Amino acid sequence: MSTETLISALFVFVLATFAGFEVITKVPPTLHTPLMSGANAISGIAVLGALIIAGDRDWNVTVILGLIAIVLATINVVGGFLVTDRMLQMFKKKEAKA
Amino acid sequence: MSEFLPTGIQLSYLVAVTLFFFGLKKLGSPATARNGNLWASVGMFIAIAATLLDQQVLNYEMILLGIVIGSVIGAIAAYKVEMTDMPQMVGLFNGLGGAASALVAVGEFWRYLATADVPPLPTTITAVLGVLIGGVTFTGSLIAFAKLQGIMSGSPILFPFQQPFNIVLLVAFLVGSVYICINPFNLPIFLGITGISLILGVLFVIPIGGGDMPVVISLLNSFSGLAASAAGFVVMNNLLIIAGALVGASGIILTIIMCKAMNRSITNVLFAGFGTGEGETGVTTSGSNDKTVHSIDPEEGAMMLGYARSVVIIPGYGMAVAQAQHSVKELVDQLEGLGVDVKYAIHPVAGRMPGHMNVLLAEANVPYSQLYDMDDINPQFDQTDVALVIGANDVVNPAAREDKNSPIYGMPILAVDHAKHTIVIKRSLNTGFSGVDNELFYKDKTMMLFGSAKDIVAQLSSEVKQL
Repeated sequence: MSTETLISALFVFVLATFAGFEVITKVPPTLHTPLMSGANAISGIAVLGALIIAGDRDWNVTVILGLIAIVLATINVVGGFLVTDRMLQMFKKKEAKA
Repeated sequence: MSEFLPTGIQLSYLVAVTLFFFGLKKLGSPATARNGNLWASVGMFIAIAATLLDQQVLNYEMILLGIVIGSVIGAIAAYKVEMTDMPQMVGLFNGLGGAASALVAVGEFWRYLATADVPPLPTTITAVLGVLIGGVTFTGSLIAFAKLQGIMSGSPILFPFQQPFNIVLLVAFLVGSVYICINPFNLPIFLGITGISLILGVLFVIPIGGGDMPVVISLLNSFSGLAASAAGFVVMNNLLIIAGALVGASGIILTIIMCKAMNRSITNVLFAGFGTGEGETGVTTSGSNDKTVHSIDPEEGAMMLGYARSVVIIPGYGMAVAQAQHSVKELVDQLEGLGVDVKYAIHPVAGRMPGHMNVLLAEANVPYSQLYDMDDINPQFDQTDVALVIGANDVVNPAAREDKNSPIYGMPILAVDHAKHTIVIKRSLNTGFSGVDNELFYKDKTMMLFGSAKDIVAQLSSEVKQL
């Protein structure tokens, strides 16, 4: 990675952060927990990094670390999305009733 | 073909980013939230599928095995977890995400060491950052999990020279990092700073008490996103950077909301060792001895509730601990049958994570239109006949409004003392998380019902049935 790529990546990071603040600003308290666990599932995006470093055919430390990371991140992703859905399902049921 | 595939992967990432954005946006409104979560998960699926097509990824069997193992564990955890255990579940998931990000950073750095290529300085810097944030998120979340699960005590753990010790560790980390940047081929130093990051995560959470967990969980949520971003810098993947930044931002927003709801700064929450009751005990205990408490039995309580016109229920962590949400719903159904107008008042930091009470009541089938935020319900307490406090304490303590010497002074509270009568269901007269005595319990119009929230509420509801 050159310094130039680092700088352009920093631009991406900062802009995405601002965009995140704008997108999420007003969240009713009812949704605080689902937002958190949904966002949490998205943070499991680290799985992509894990896929890339675990991609090598030969066994080495990096591949092993990558594979462990894949398992952990997938638990995060799958568990996070499913548990968020389970919560939101409860919220939704009421809506029809209310 | 060689041109087409990488471009296709990048375009898929673009689609995934878009789905994450709209997914998060939809998560902000009750009507669209479930859809939003679905969109985000589709985005994730596309991202993972596209990455598997990457030509660097050859080790399919092991990778798919890893994905299957992770999915099975994740799915089982998501379906088995009790709603009352959600705070620790979210905490644990945060930790796993942080650990994965840290492992990616370590793994990538290790690759350079193995091939004896000198890693470019930006890679080293971002790897060090990834290890720090990911490591802190991992062990910090594990400690939060242990505290919430009751594996370790929820009260703050303080030891002499804690702050200086933390600073020494931080300095050691910085020195080690600079050294690694200058001389990357030093594995012991790299492992050393990894170890320090893990220790820092532990030290960061142990001095924080149970009642401040909503802030900690939100902050760790933010960190898990930043850790993913840092990992994105290390492997130079825009999708990781953007998705991580989004999560980082959403976590920070929640952290700010939680801090505001307690009228405390983030530094105060993190470093003050709040809830140990130090220094304030003299002031608070002196007043309580000569005061009397009005204790009633469930029968009287049921009469008060049954013949009231309006009742506001204030749930707190005690309701979660006793898993009383279903009994509460039953009681409310009985009362509504008698024509009583019932509302729920939710303090933003009630419970152990943002929105904790909302989730529990939703599980018990309480429509969310019946849940009122602090600002909406407070003006209504003047017209309320009975405020029923179930396992809440600090969030209804008038000292926050009146007593300038109280450590919780300035925290916005639910004005239950404005109601005509207040019934408090509580195990004992013990102080809440803040360690501050609650004046509310000694007021003339406050009635205490001592016992476990679940038992008492069940008794109330069977008494109401007989009215």
